[in-house]
Amino acid sequence: MLSHPTGTHLLGQPAMSSLAVTDPGSLIQSVDWVAIAPPLIAALAGLAVLLADLLLPERGKKALGVAAVGGLVLALAALLPLSRGGSRSTFCLQGAGTCSYVADHFALAFQLLALGGALIAALLSLHTVDEEKLPGGEYWFLLLSSASGAALLPAARDLATLIIALEVASLPAFALVGLRRDGRGAESALKFFLSSVTATAVMLLGVSFVYAATGSIHLTAVADGLAHAPGQLRPLAEAGAVLTLVGFAFKVAAVPFHFWVPDTYTGAPLPVAGYLSVVGKASGLSGLALVSTVAFRPYGHTWGLALAVLAALTMTVGNVGALRQRPDTEHSAVRLLAWSSVGQAGYLLVPVAAAGYAGSGDPLGATVAYALIYGLVNLGAFGVVAVVQRSGATRLEDYRGLFARHRWSALALAFFLLCLAGLPPGVVGLFGKVVVFQAAVDAGLGWLAVIMAANVAIALYYYLLWTAKLFTPAQGAVETRRVPGPLAATLGLTAAGAAVLSVAPQLVLQVVTGSLF
Amino acid sequence: MNAVLIALLLLPLLGAAATLAPLGPDRATSDRRALWLGVAVTGAVLALAVVLAAGFDHDRPSRMQAVTDTDWIPAIGVRFHLGVDGISLPLLVLTALLTLLCAVYSTKRLPSGEGVPGGRAFTGLLLLLEVGMLATFAVLDLVLFFLAFETVLIPMYFLIARWGSGRKVPAAGRFILYTLLGSAVMLLGFLLIGLDAGTFDMTRLADAHGSGLTHTTQVIAALAILVGLAVKAPAWPLHSWLPDAHTAAPTVGSVLLAGVLLKMGTYGLVRVLLPIVPQGAATFAPYLGAFAAVGIVYGSLACLALARPGAKGDLKRLIAYSSVGHMGFVLLGIASLTQVGVNGALFANIGHGLITGLLFFLVGALKDRYGTADLDTLAGATGAALYGRAPRIGALLAFAAVASLGLPGLAGFWGELLAMFGAFDPAAGLSRPAFLTYMVLAGVGTLLTAGYLLLVVKRVCMGDPEQPPLVAELPDLRPYEAVSWTPLAALTLVAGLWPALLLSLSDPAVKHLLGGG
Repeated sequence: MLSHPTGTHLLGQPAMSSLAVTDPGSLIQSVDWVAIAPPLIAALAGLAVLLADLLLPERGKKALGVAAVGGLVLALAALLPLSRGGSRSTFCLQGAGTCSYVADHFALAFQLLALGGALIAALLSLHTVDEEKLPGGEYWFLLLSSASGAALLPAARDLATLIIALEVASLPAFALVGLRRDGRGAESALKFFLSSVTATAVMLLGVSFVYAATGSIHLTAVADGLAHAPGQLRPLAEAGAVLTLVGFAFKVAAVPFHFWVPDTYTGAPLPVAGYLSVVGKASGLSGLALVSTVAFRPYGHTWGLALAVLAALTMTVGNVGALRQRPDTEHSAVRLLAWSSVGQAGYLLVPVAAAGYAGSGDPLGATVAYALIYGLVNLGAFGVVAVVQRSGATRLEDYRGLFARHRWSALALAFFLLCLAGLPPGVVGLFGKVVVFQAAVDAGLGWLAVIMAANVAIALYYYLLWTAKLFTPAQGAVETRRVPGPLAATLGLTAAGAAVLSVAPQLVLQVVTGSLF
Repeated sequence: MNAVLIALLLLPLLGAAATLAPLGPDRATSDRRALWLGVAVTGAVLALAVVLAAGFDHDRPSRMQAVTDTDWIPAIGVRFHLGVDGISLPLLVLTALLTLLCAVYSTKRLPSGEGVPGGRAFTGLLLLLEVGMLATFAVLDLVLFFLAFETVLIPMYFLIARWGSGRKVPAAGRFILYTLLGSAVMLLGFLLIGLDAGTFDMTRLADAHGSGLTHTTQVIAALAILVGLAVKAPAWPLHSWLPDAHTAAPTVGSVLLAGVLLKMGTYGLVRVLLPIVPQGAATFAPYLGAFAAVGIVYGSLACLALARPGAKGDLKRLIAYSSVGHMGFVLLGIASLTQVGVNGALFANIGHGLITGLLFFLVGALKDRYGTADLDTLAGATGAALYGRAPRIGALLAFAAVASLGLPGLAGFWGELLAMFGAFDPAAGLSRPAFLTYMVLAGVGTLLTAGYLLLVVKRVCMGDPEQPPLVAELPDLRPYEAVSWTPLAALTLVAGLWPALLLSLSDPAVKHLLGGG
């Protein structure tokens, strides 16, 4: 029955293509549900949690956190079928071959980072929501929505989807920061909100210029349009490109748009600060990488230089800021991590700048690898800070003698800090820096490599100072509290992950050699 | 044989991991058991090292033996490559021996007191230190070499900062700061070589003998590597961390620091600088020779100043400065770039390790007995009269001192003689008058060395036994001291009387590295 003569379709091939324009049914794009599963599952889980919050009785609310964690695990599992085989695309324009959603290696790696980071943050939050009396339904809903936006962003291939995804990732984050409802939380949320909204406004203006100049919002079409833009539209296109990049630089917290970071991190609940430092940064970074290397490729050398300067400034300002933290002030531990995350963002920008010089996306592999490593160990460090903060200790000085009180937490923190510093036994951090360094040298950015080396040396100083504190004897008796189960599990998970990667760095560094797009 | 080499590295690592768990019902038992575990593990490591030496093909010492060579991180071309040849074998055995002696010594003589951690932490750190030291001499990949080089820093930092005396934390901080900055620069040199040559493999790079690397790369890389290793060696004027570190370090810390850690610097020069970047090495050899000659004279003058009556000289500090002088001979031999000179350097490496290890043990024992290592306090008006009051210790001290000043027939003689021979007839292309000047300076240095060592012997060993003693009771050689010191004294004698034992191993390997045969 099904065996028709080869080559002819039931309806007839030629008739199909001529009908495509007039038949309204064919305008409905076919959707590859498997490809979009990771962000979709996270979003659906968020909605389910919000609904369940309304229906569940008060004592059942603890299940919400477990459900959120489960949702994120499912979303992560949805990455597995995608990781085999080539890239898949969906929401494509008929005939033009341009798609709005592409699940290639670049997208998958950043989705892994966004969803994995959100999962670790969620595990860290399980006890925070209880202890700080945060509204559970809202908290989990906001976290999952933001994660879903962050997972959508790296797969987005048109400017509209990019901006929507970026907003989905950041709008819930403002609310998460302010959720603690004390003065400090509100102030942090406001600072974060104002700077971020300014960035979005600037970016939208830039995008509209680019659209006006090129007539398309699809990234590959924009690249073509820019290359062949008529002379009188060129200033408009260039201004648009600059404004768009400035907007993304805000989101990455690159200098000079970094001032909100330390205050926001100290005001937010700790898991949220960890989430912002990893997933928030990753979403901005993936957007920046996509826009610059795909859409604005014709201007590669210009933005390459701009991003290289930005990277150098960001790492220097971040590390010097971290160096200036005084160990005996309140919240100095989180502030140090905040400043160091600004410095780390500088390293992450280096391969993106190198991509501008290389004229291809190849150097981005170093950014992806480094971001994955940084995400894991930074969230681990936030986890230990969460353990220590439970006994009300927020100063660096309070970490003195942690080894005597919480042996395993102290060892884990020492390991994470050494990974961030790039010193053995934190081997994986070292190799992350090596691949970034390699990307810079390969692209001929020798001066940036030298600045980066100097910054790594500065950073060594404050990371080591903190590490050494863990093992010095404590001055007074400090009460110790048992570490709650989920928190201990998170620490174990992140430490084990970092240890495995230190023994077998190839697991993460393979993205450097493979093709991303 | 390659299994033996891997076990050699794995065993102390497992031992260090084992000390993380409590080994007994209470702290005291646990600490005591940990110390004996340390003896057992380091003993097994020495046994393995002896097996390795016995199974070594002594007819072909220039060939790498017990080789393991597998991919580790293909993404950046790092291989897990281990092996020993005639250059590294003696150093491996020396390291295993010294660590065992330190472990034995520590079972009876571990500094304790308020805030000093127990034997469990000590053993863990000692074993970790051993892994790093052994790995440095066993790895054949530049990146692995860097990792091993860095691995020793953290254990040694804690050994000084926690078990030391006096201004121990600043001294430890200075040690780690100097070495870290040095090795960061060294890593840049390694990366430059790796990126330019496309491999990090030390044997392949050495066989290529600089071909495939441009002259500029060689010069820049050689400078970076030279700076990093010169800090460790230490070469004048980068030595200023050493006297503080030695003065503050506990006895076993000093023994391992002088006996092994300094050798890692000079070993690196022979293994990396000479064969891999020969043109760069030739460019900087005259400067290295000059710094070495200045270091020899400077070290001996500093010692003379410390040994004077009324100078308040610390004996440990004095031996540290004498190390600067002795390592100057090693560096001079390397700088001559000749087979004779490099052989002398390697011999002096071993000789210095044996003799200075013994000297630090002896001075540590004096410090334990008298409570001070201050020469003026010890000597009193006429001299400490060890010959009369503790004849065995006095005799050993005199033996070690004359060995250190280079008496023919003991281990200190051959290395320095050969190094000066090398400088007498340096490699083609090096300025002969300059090296003759260095040789004369080194000759003056040997005279000064003899001067201060005899002065020390006079002030410590001789004197009036009837004068009012500083301490009422002065026990002579204890059994555990005899056990840990006799092997060093015996090997000093063996190496002095039968230099061919070492030279027959190193000579063919050096010839191979220098590009002949």
